Amino acid sequence: MFTECSEQLFGSSEHSHISCGVLGESVKPAAFEYRNSRDEDEVFDLLTKYGSEAKVLAGGQSLIPLMNFRLVKPSLVVDINGVSSLRGVKVSSSTLRLGALTRHVELETRPDVAQAAPLLSAVAPYIGHPQIRTRGTLGGSLSHADPSAELPAAMVALDATILVKGASEERRVQAEEFFKFHLTADLAVDELVVGVEIPVFGPNQGFGFREVSARFGDFATVGALAVLSVGPDGTVERSRVVCMAVGPKPIRIGSAESVLNGKQISPAILGEVAEAVAEALDPIADLKASASYKRRTAATLARRAVEEAWEMTAGRVS
Amino acid sequence: MEPVPVKIVCNGTAYQLQVEPRTLLADLLRSDLGSKGTHIGCEHGVCGACTVLVDGEPMRSCLMLAVQADGRTIQTVESLELPDGSLNELQESFHEHHGLQCGYCTSGILMSLTALFNEDKAPSESRIRDYIQGHICRCTGYQQMIEACVELSGLRSKELS
Ligand SMILES: Cc1cc2nc3c(=O)[nH]c(=O)nc-3n(C[C@H](O)[C@H](O)[C@H](O)COP(=O)(O)OP(=O)(O)OC[C@H]3O[C@@H](n4cnc5c(N)ncnc54)[C@H](O)[C@@H]3O)c2cc1C
Ligand code: FES
Ligand code: FES
Repeated sequence: MFTECSEQLFGSSEHSHISCGVLGESVKPAAFEYRNSRDEDEVFDLLTKYGSEAKVLAGGQSLIPLMNFRLVKPSLVVDINGVSSLRGVKVSSSTLRLGALTRHVELETRPDVAQAAPLLSAVAPYIGHPQIRTRGTLGGSLSHADPSAELPAAMVALDATILVKGASEERRVQAEEFFKFHLTADLAVDELVVGVEIPVFGPNQGFGFREVSARFGDFATVGALAVLSVGPDGTVERSRVVCMAVGPKPIRIGSAESVLNGKQISPAILGEVAEAVAEALDPIADLKASASYKRRTAATLARRAVEEAWEMTAGRVS
Repeated sequence: MEPVPVKIVCNGTAYQLQVEPRTLLADLLRSDLGSKGTHIGCEHGVCGACTVLVDGEPMRSCLMLAVQADGRTIQTVESLELPDGSLNELQESFHEHHGLQCGYCTSGILMSLTALFNEDKAPSESRIRDYIQGHICRCTGYQQMIEACVELSGLRSKELS
């Protein structure tokens, strides 16, 4: 490696000659070729050609740790940060469209996101730390498909559509179908997540989000999300109850939703929701918690999330 | 692998470099640009010791490839001292409040807090805690750092009013 100082940029008057360190002493990832792509077509060409030898690089907050430990050793890294079509936030009257390169910090701070999908602004501060959220992307988190990650669970709770594109085909996949298994999404090696579409949050809706983690900023030990749509008399018309970090993917609890739909919320109904969640889940113990802790905590968090969602609608409806 | 040309400005000095793709920004800064103030702890984004500012935003330099810094401006802890070589007000406040012991975590923490104080002249204690929360310190127990920042924030809000 040779290094050399230039004074052209920023007109720096300081001239320093840099001697290079011995590169072999400080490298962590295995060697790879790097392509900084500017457009989708180039990305698809490379992914088609290299197949599973290639890895897409977005925020790098999950991929680079894996490469530093050499758990992942791609021969080609395709950096998509410069692909402008993967960027952008658009709100229409009914749909919020978020590009795959939307950073977590944007979800946390953008007023248009807070308006159209306030659940996303509420979960974003729980993703790692500020220094992670400046880099990490929505598309990266969804493709990584960690069952204890906030954004995959939020996509299921919001009934989002994941926009997937390959060299020859574009697909729209419901979030619930998209997450398959631990770190596995419905995504071929030559496909990209290009963005998501989320129904705009309505005045008759409320959401709740609860998470337990060892320290704030850590991946969740257990989490629960609820989204309710209520009628003018306060009856629940539609509901989504989703638990995270209790199985191989975000888990929608249909039986808890059946308890809620068509009913007015009461302490008894909330109790039934908790019971339905505890019955539906079959978590396995991990390093953070036992299976029974996870089941009981998920039930309590789901009950609280539903209550929180309902209180939000009570403030809005009537 | 073929080295890739990279132009970066680090602490006010412009560099044109040829970098092997797998070089992490943290290693480029330490081994090749001589910025030994940037520390490396965990190399997977957890400890925060390697945090630097990239175009003003705090990022983990162990989770960014050096080639990704092309065209960007980097600030490391070495950029904080005043032109006469004395400590800046944040560093001074850390010094006053014993905000460090061994100092291993300090450079990263100072860079995160620099981003916070640049964006928000007088941040609240909860924002200060939010930024420090992204770092691991094995010595101080964090409280003295928080006190250092709260005092600086207080001084600044007096100046503002
Ligand atoms: C210290 C630390 C704490 C964290 N805590 C949390 C947390 O509490 N909750 C949480 O949810 N996350 C957490 N994260 C992970 C973070 O949210 C990541 O940003 C996210 O998981 C991956 O996004 P990325 O943009 O960094 O993706 P990358 O790391 O660049 O990529 C991740 C994977 O997705 C693929 N990929 C990326 N973009 C696309 C795309 N558009 N299409 C197809 N494939 C793609 C890559 O090839 C790779 O396999 C943490 C990370 C760190 C380092
Ligand atoms: S060395 Fe980068 S976060 Fe620990
Ligand atoms: S001062 Fe020693 S790790 Fe923080």
